[in-house]
Amino acid sequence: MATKDISPQNPMIDPETGEQRVIAPGHTFRSITEKLTRIVLTPHTPLGWFFGFTLAGSIAMMLLVAVTWLFLKGTGIWGITMPVAWGFAIINFVWWIGIGHAGTLISAILLLFKQKWRNSINRFAEAMTLFAVVCAAMFPVIHTGRPWLAIYWLFPYPNTMNYWPQFRSPLMWDVFAVSTYATISVVFWYIGMIPDLGTMRDRAKSKFGRFIYGQMALGWRGSARHWMRYETASLLLAGLATPLVLSVHTVISFDFAVAIMPGWHTTIFPPYFVAGAIYSGFAMVLTLAIPIRKFYHLEDLITLRHLDNCGKVMLATGFIVAYGYMTDIAYAWYSADKWEFFMAWNRIFGPMGWSYWILIFSNIAFPLTTLWSRRLRQNVVYLFIVSLIVNTGMWFERFVIVVTSLTRDYLPSSWGTYRATRWDYMTFVGTMGLFTALFFLFIRLLPMIPMSEIRQILPGAKINEAELQHKGGD
Amino acid sequence: MPVREGIYGLLAEFDTPTELVVAAKASYNAGYRRMDCYTPYPVEEAAEAMGFDEPKEKGVSRVCLLGGILGGLAMFTLESWISIWAYPLNIAGRGKFSWVAFIIPAYEWTILWAGLCAGFGMLALNRLPAPYHPLFNAPNFRNGATSDKFFLCLEADDPRFSMTDTRSLLESLHPVSVIEVEH
Repeated sequence: MATKDISPQNPMIDPETGEQRVIAPGHTFRSITEKLTRIVLTPHTPLGWFFGFTLAGSIAMMLLVAVTWLFLKGTGIWGITMPVAWGFAIINFVWWIGIGHAGTLISAILLLFKQKWRNSINRFAEAMTLFAVVCAAMFPVIHTGRPWLAIYWLFPYPNTMNYWPQFRSPLMWDVFAVSTYATISVVFWYIGMIPDLGTMRDRAKSKFGRFIYGQMALGWRGSARHWMRYETASLLLAGLATPLVLSVHTVISFDFAVAIMPGWHTTIFPPYFVAGAIYSGFAMVLTLAIPIRKFYHLEDLITLRHLDNCGKVMLATGFIVAYGYMTDIAYAWYSADKWEFFMAWNRIFGPMGWSYWILIFSNIAFPLTTLWSRRLRQNVVYLFIVSLIVNTGMWFERFVIVVTSLTRDYLPSSWGTYRATRWDYMTFVGTMGLFTALFFLFIRLLPMIPMSEIRQILPGAKINEAELQHKGGD
Repeated sequence: MPVREGIYGLLAEFDTPTELVVAAKASYNAGYRRMDCYTPYPVEEAAEAMGFDEPKEKGVSRVCLLGGILGGLAMFTLESWISIWAYPLNIAGRGKFSWVAFIIPAYEWTILWAGLCAGFGMLALNRLPAPYHPLFNAPNFRNGATSDKFFLCLEADDPRFSMTDTRSLLESLHPVSVIEVEH
């Protein structure tokens, strides 16, 4: 980046603070409405959209094939063996749900902290959460092999076998944590979208568009009384989603921490999992935001300030993750337990050690040394690359946790190795296709940036107190 | 319900939120109570000017609290009933009422039902969904209320409402336009 870009003459720099602006100057209520509704309501879908959707859709087809074959043959087609009974399914599950967490962090926790800059990235971060949860939830469902037979031991309902689920099992906790997370995310996302759907209804030219958006907007008309209750409900939902998001990854870490496997049975797992989740989630926000702002020319609304702030959050959570890795090793040493000690050694230098070094490079060595630089954090290409690297690293983190512990447990006679099959890879890559395809549909059919929230941060939105005193005093 | 006919109210359009708040205050001070402001984003001052105080109303918060308590209790009771009576499992003689493990699903259901109640409770208290509303008949309403204009509607069922006096009050407040809205 050249020096002139960060000089005070740059209109994107706020002269008062010297910071990048959250929104480009010169926008009005109308220009925001026009710009954002046009993306959805245009009759001309960009060719690039068709290209991307087709590509993502074809990758999603791989998932369909892999899952169909799985249902026909059973989980034997996967690389899971004894002792590695948990393979890609749990790795991908934890990875995807972690990605979802940044969306909730942006929409809920940053709302409670009154971080107004979050407004423009909030909606698509929430959409990212939803689609990531869809992908994540698929794994625990399909890993049962015959999910239609798993319902009776996963959901408490009266059945003819008089059977009830075992609530002391972490798998049951997962069912409730993830289903609650998915439901609350949908509600939060939809409630947040109602005023914008009202805008879409009023802007739509086609009869069909007016009808569909009209149904979805539920007759929203922007009444001041409605807005006040709406704001209360949003705050309450944010206040509920905050402990929820922390609990979801905590519960997922219990899947590991409750077991007595070396390397899993530690109290550091819940906070370390949550930090890792937010770390990878913000990386995914960047992976999505950078191409979208470029393709749809949204640099005015998703500015370098947003990207910079995402980089800062990644830096902070990355250090918590690094602390988690160190604690893992320190715990192994301090426990004076030879299995724990061997596990730590095996994780770093054992036959699967390469995966540990990939994780150290991509989660710590590369991002945490470079994200310090403000200049790099405002460099779009660098951020895009770092986001991909961190997402790879976070996947390997889960791989390391699952595979190295399971391949080398207490008894050397039960040691083994793990090798994923092509079905494992197809399922994993397929979920990425599904995620991307859903995202393409979302940006084409729904307003991806919350207009009503952007309006609040425009200069025209402020009540002029002097005028109010002058005219309202009488 | 019989079809309502006649005038729903007088709708004044404003360009800025400040003008709207001034007008809402003036109408409230003139004694009007059946009125509402319509804005493209939340304008707290407009609600206050009409004497509407959401924190005092507490509707949404109460529904949310109730939902949370019921959800948590329901799940905890279900888990306890299953583990003690319906399907007791004897695993190495451990206690049946292992309430610590039950906290997690109960916690999740507290949040689930509190959240559902907050969201749907808000819609219910707002009398939504309401696909039809007389204001949608106003030609300028849909072009602005969800985009960039600010509206004040003084409704005809207010005892003070009269076509002439109310109109002159609204016109004294410098609106862009004042129009009659029919049911």
